[in-house]
Amino acid sequence: MSSIIPAELRYTESHEWVRANDDGTITVGITDHAQHLLGDLVFVEIPEVGRAVAAAESCAVVESVKAASDVYSPLDGVIVEVNEALADNPELINEDPYGEGWIFRLKTVAALDGLLDARAYAAIAVAEDEDDDGSLANPKLVE
Amino acid sequence: MAKRTPLYARHAALGARLVDFGGWNMPLHYGSQIAEHHRVRRAAGLFDVSHMTIVDFADPAPTRALLRYLLANDVARLYPGKALYTCLLNEAGGVIDDLIVYDRGESGYRLVSNAATRDKDLAWIAPIAERFGAAWRERDDLAMLAAQGPEALARLEPVLGAATMAAVRALKPFHALEAGGLFVARTGYTGEDGVEIMPPATEAPELWDRILAAGVAPCGLGARDTLRLEAGMSLYGSDMDETTTPLVSGLGWTVAWEPKDRDFVGRAALERQRTVGVPQTMIGLVLEERGVLRGHQHVYVGGHETGQITSGAFSPTLNRAIALARVEAGVGERCQVDIRGKRLPARVVKPPFVRHGRSLIE
Repeated sequence: MSSIIPAELRYTESHEWVRANDDGTITVGITDHAQHLLGDLVFVEIPEVGRAVAAAESCAVVESVKAASDVYSPLDGVIVEVNEALADNPELINEDPYGEGWIFRLKTVAALDGLLDARAYAAIAVAEDEDDDGSLANPKLVE
Repeated sequence: MAKRTPLYARHAALGARLVDFGGWNMPLHYGSQIAEHHRVRRAAGLFDVSHMTIVDFADPAPTRALLRYLLANDVARLYPGKALYTCLLNEAGGVIDDLIVYDRGESGYRLVSNAATRDKDLAWIAPIAERFGAAWRERDDLAMLAAQGPEALARLEPVLGAATMAAVRALKPFHALEAGGLFVARTGYTGEDGVEIMPPATEAPELWDRILAAGVAPCGLGARDTLRLEAGMSLYGSDMDETTTPLVSGLGWTVAWEPKDRDFVGRAALERQRTVGVPQTMIGLVLEERGVLRGHQHVYVGGHETGQITSGAFSPTLNRAIALARVEAGVGERCQVDIRGKRLPARVVKPPFVRHGRSLIE
């Protein structure tokens, strides 16, 4: 299984992607690798706009046919926009994880330097594929 | 190392997502579990279920006596070509496994039970079978394919041939025939029409290829689980196990109480439970808000915890979450389910949720 990992994005070990926007906000979603692992998504619990979140804090839940999985904020910040379309169409995350399947936008003053670049994230994804027995042992996935 | 069915190479070549299932490396899906689910409800899908345990008893007379003692349902109800769904109980009335027994006439009886329970089932059955003088053998030389869906029989026509298919069409549900070295049963685990075919393992890959070429889509165990849940069918290890009796598992209908003098393993315990009152019941739940019901979520009525979900999932056919739950007897029409600390309203329904492609809960 090979997944798409755009070079211009930053990543977390817990499989979120981060896009830096021109207005100083960041957009967050889950990676192609993560949506592959989860399978068909059927429900997304999106955060409330205005909520302050800390880095590594769970702020959304994506549920696939097989499991529920937390989505963690990559950085400290305040949620300024959420993807309302996911309520009716959670499959957008499967179909277009880096585009229409974005989950939330965060206003943050934190630096992106501590996040993984595409190359570092690819190493994690490949290592997981190699020992992937399909179980939910992956710590990111919680039932 | 996980065991592989004779079709393992086919699954890998089709790009299946392979997962460990009861010690077997099995296909979860071949791309989209939901698409496979719909395919079975609307057309036809093919499942590799060769991981199931098949045991043959060759000698009809001692086996009949054995099975009448061993199983909670009564094989005296069978006749050649008929199948019976039953629980295998321990002395406490707990469910060791659920299985289907086929009456093969002069050829004896065939038992098909779960994959993950194989060792404990055989360890349980072996000494009792010996007492009854009923010889048995495991049929790991057979594979098992399930072709399911409203178009399944039509699609099989060019594969199995007109003569065999005429006989298959004449089979009523829960009946089986043997033709041309194939065992074909009108059984399944999806709530749709279809058959389960047990070919020699050596012939299974070619049969698999021919059925796919006839327009039946390969489907994984993920879709099999959501299909069986919509059909209100129990999953061993989730909906019942050795700590629960059939009576608290929605399986009381599979216990043959008559004739009263038939002694079967677990009977005394079930009768005691029936006398003192069965404390719990299995219900169906439909979540009224967005979210997904999952096994082990707690079920509440008016602030009081009344039980737990045993199997839950997003239902692709109904486009909402459904579940089976074991709750205290006498629960009403509404309850709440705790999902990550929030109590969401759910409606109590009588399973099945879906049968032959149609919703039964609206």
